[in-house]
Amino acid sequence: MSLENLEINPLINQLESSLKQVILERNLVNPLMIGIRTGGVWIAEALHQRLNISEPLGLLDISFYRDDFSQMGMHPNVKPSQLPPHIEGCDLILVDDVFHTGRTIRAALNEIFDYGRPNQVVLAVLIERDGKQIPISPDCVGTKIKLNPNQRIKLTGPAPLTIQLIEADVVSSKS
Amino acid sequence: MSNLQLTAEGKLKHFLTIEGLSKNILTEILDTAESFVGNADQQIKKVPLLRGKTIVNLFFENSTRTRTTFELAAKRLSADVLSMSIATSSTSKGESLLDTIRNLEAMFVDMFVVRHAISGAAHFIAQQTAPHISVINAGDGQHAHPTQAMLDMFTIRQFKKDFSNLRVAIIGDILHSRVARSQIQALNTLGVAEVRVIAPKTLLPAHVETLGVSVSHNLTEGLQDIDVIIMLRLQRERMTSALLPSESEYFKCFGLTESKLKIAKPDAIVMHPGPINRGVEIDSKVADGAQSVILKQVSNGIAVRMAIMSMAMQPQGVY
Repeated sequence: MSLENLEINPLINQLESSLKQVILERNLVNPLMIGIRTGGVWIAEALHQRLNISEPLGLLDISFYRDDFSQMGMHPNVKPSQLPPHIEGCDLILVDDVFHTGRTIRAALNEIFDYGRPNQVVLAVLIERDGKQIPISPDCVGTKIKLNPNQRIKLTGPAPLTIQLIEADVVSSKS
Repeated sequence: MSNLQLTAEGKLKHFLTIEGLSKNILTEILDTAESFVGNADQQIKKVPLLRGKTIVNLFFENSTRTRTTFELAAKRLSADVLSMSIATSSTSKGESLLDTIRNLEAMFVDMFVVRHAISGAAHFIAQQTAPHISVINAGDGQHAHPTQAMLDMFTIRQFKKDFSNLRVAIIGDILHSRVARSQIQALNTLGVAEVRVIAPKTLLPAHVETLGVSVSHNLTEGLQDIDVIIMLRLQRERMTSALLPSESEYFKCFGLTESKLKIAKPDAIVMHPGPINRGVEIDSKVADGAQSVILKQVSNGIAVRMAIMSMAMQPQGVY
């Protein structure tokens, strides 16, 4: 895929069909969908509608669970997480926009498990880029790409939802 | 002096007084606290932000609510917390405040939460302590009680959304109240329409108007158009001279009863920092009534103190 022409809709289509297959394979029952703020929530909103999930979408802000507080401090725009009260024993679909180092997902899982013990968690991400640092991988992806260290993907939204490739001198390892 | 509270980048380092802090910083504290409120819904009521940090509560003065909520806030941030009550410490054996601090520093602590009967005690510790340590003022003499003021601001915002049109009455023993001083500064910084203090002359500091308040000596007149009522405890233990004829006389003139409450706006909320003297400054029916948010203040105290502690413990550039 050409990096300059990242079209979002084909990626969401691909993610949707991959997710449908995983829902069947892993036998998810009335799954709850949770989006990670901010980009993950936008992708989750699209998927939530397409998959006709009846339970309301959960929103997760992982600021308090990040592993870089002692280097970076608090995220300035932290928002409350809104998770359904009955995580215990449920099947969850966790959604994020970009999978990079895996640290965001580590933080998200830690936060979710503080609310209760889910039955299973499926991870769906729009784009998986290279640069994984811990042994966590997505179950469903819209696409996989390889980027230079100074490149990162920026999602803008919620409407219209677009993706851009950004080149910078200093790149944070956020995702 | 107040710059002591901020890093060179303008971030919170110590939290000693509301004075000198901008509207932006106060709003950031309230916004951050908003996200900690949901912590109480978690099965595991903890976030890992301050894991591995050690916080010492140094209480040189009695406290139940403040000490407990500071301790819970620290624990819910996953810090290790140690509460020292000074009656059982070396201070009673003659050790100076500075020696106590130096000894605790030698045990590699990261934060002091200080309550002291002398105004300026927390400032003194912040000036003297090692550069990586943060100091939070949990009440110093008659000077300031900034975390109480912030939890009150949080509660007001929860019920009234916006500060700009609010008229807030602070009623009672303003003279001895560090809470009132911090509240007045916070309300004015956040830009309320009016802060009105209502008290007998003997319980108001001289030149109280210079704090940016209007003054009334009559509860019935003073309560008109009020959106938020903050009652203060009559601090008999700090009264060294005969400032009042009697408690029952005080209740008759300045006690908040159901009929007096009706003078304020119908949706006015009633607050009290506690502990309450029922039948002295407030009638039980009002304290336990539908307009009372007193217990909400207590719950909010945990989230607000979590926000302040975690903001002060952000990297300070000394590592």
